[in-house]
Amino acid sequence: MTTPKEPWRQRDALTDLYYMEARARLLDVAAFLDRVDRAPGTDDHRLRSLRAALSFLNDGKADRTRRILESWSDPSVAPADSADTKGATGAWPKL
Amino acid sequence: MRYIEPHAHMVSRTTDDYTAMVTAGCVAVCEPAFWAGFDRCSVDGFRDYFRQLTEIEPRRAARYGLPHFSWLCINPKESEDLGLAEDVLSIIPEFLDKPNVLGIGEIGLNKNSRNEVKIFERHVQIAVEHDRLILVHTPHLEDKLKGTKLILDILRNAGVRPGRTLIDHVEEHTVRHVLDAGHWAGITLYPESKATPARAIDMVEQYAAERLWLNSACDWGHSDPLAVPKTALEMRRRGHSATAIDALIYGNPLRFLSQYSGFKVADHVGGSV
Ligand SMILES: [Zn+2]
Repeated sequence: MTTPKEPWRQRDALTDLYYMEARARLLDVAAFLDRVDRAPGTDDHRLRSLRAALSFLNDGKADRTRRILESWSDPSVAPADSADTKGATGAWPKL
Repeated sequence: MRYIEPHAHMVSRTTDDYTAMVTAGCVAVCEPAFWAGFDRCSVDGFRDYFRQLTEIEPRRAARYGLPHFSWLCINPKESEDLGLAEDVLSIIPEFLDKPNVLGIGEIGLNKNSRNEVKIFERHVQIAVEHDRLILVHTPHLEDKLKGTKLILDILRNAGVRPGRTLIDHVEEHTVRHVLDAGHWAGITLYPESKATPARAIDMVEQYAAERLWLNSACDWGHSDPLAVPKTALEMRRRGHSATAIDALIYGNPLRFLSQYSGFKVADHVGGSV
């Protein structure tokens, strides 16, 4: 187990290191949602799952990244009958 | 700094990338067989590819003083065609004794289909029969969690020794499953999908780091052959010691890969990290 030395464990040090990047990314997400909302059309499964994941960000619980990834995952268990496509879209299409 | 790049598709990269990697401290590179961006139409295409991985690319890397190793398989994207897949499986043993071949990989699943599962199981069988290491690719995005669980079940049922198998492209929702099953886990550093340097280090800090490695998985797509040394720099910014960084980017891959007796690294030119 690698143990980072102080002071990077401290909240203020981590904030100094990552705050501006997180701020910029949050604004990018907000601008993306504004952009698609201004455009005509309806949400597909990717947009629906992205909007749904926003609630994890401010629920005060741990492991947000893991829980968001799980929420976008195919929940089925059995192998698919065939691979009708090679690609993945980022969120389970039936969401 | 010294590091091992345990997953890079060098046939898709330029000689400038070799120069940059070696300059950054790379002392060995490992190249799994993968999808070429199109489906090959016959077994002969794979025979040529395996020659490239076991003869041509090691020669190219040697010009930079860099030992090059490879993993062989038919990747899951081309495993839907069972006939072709069986043909390719039949030629793999011809190449297994080449000195730079680490084992079978990157096998795994892509869309978690029945045929992919079948061919994954056949690869595992070959690895077990020949007592070789295994490198497993886990599916992309929404298919990763389901695919990882299927893969872990298959490996358990096949009686594979977990310490000789590395399961790659783990993220926050799969890393615990892989480590708890006793396997090694690989974190792939990609600009958009998979993990960023910051998220990779979060995982390293939270889980027992002894069975984790980092890789760039650089190929012909959006990827960075210097992702591992750049993540080392990020670890320094986070306050990790030079010793801890060296253990993660050099010591760990060295321990896993040295289970193949032919694995070796170049003398690195720099001092300590
Ligand atoms: Zn790969």
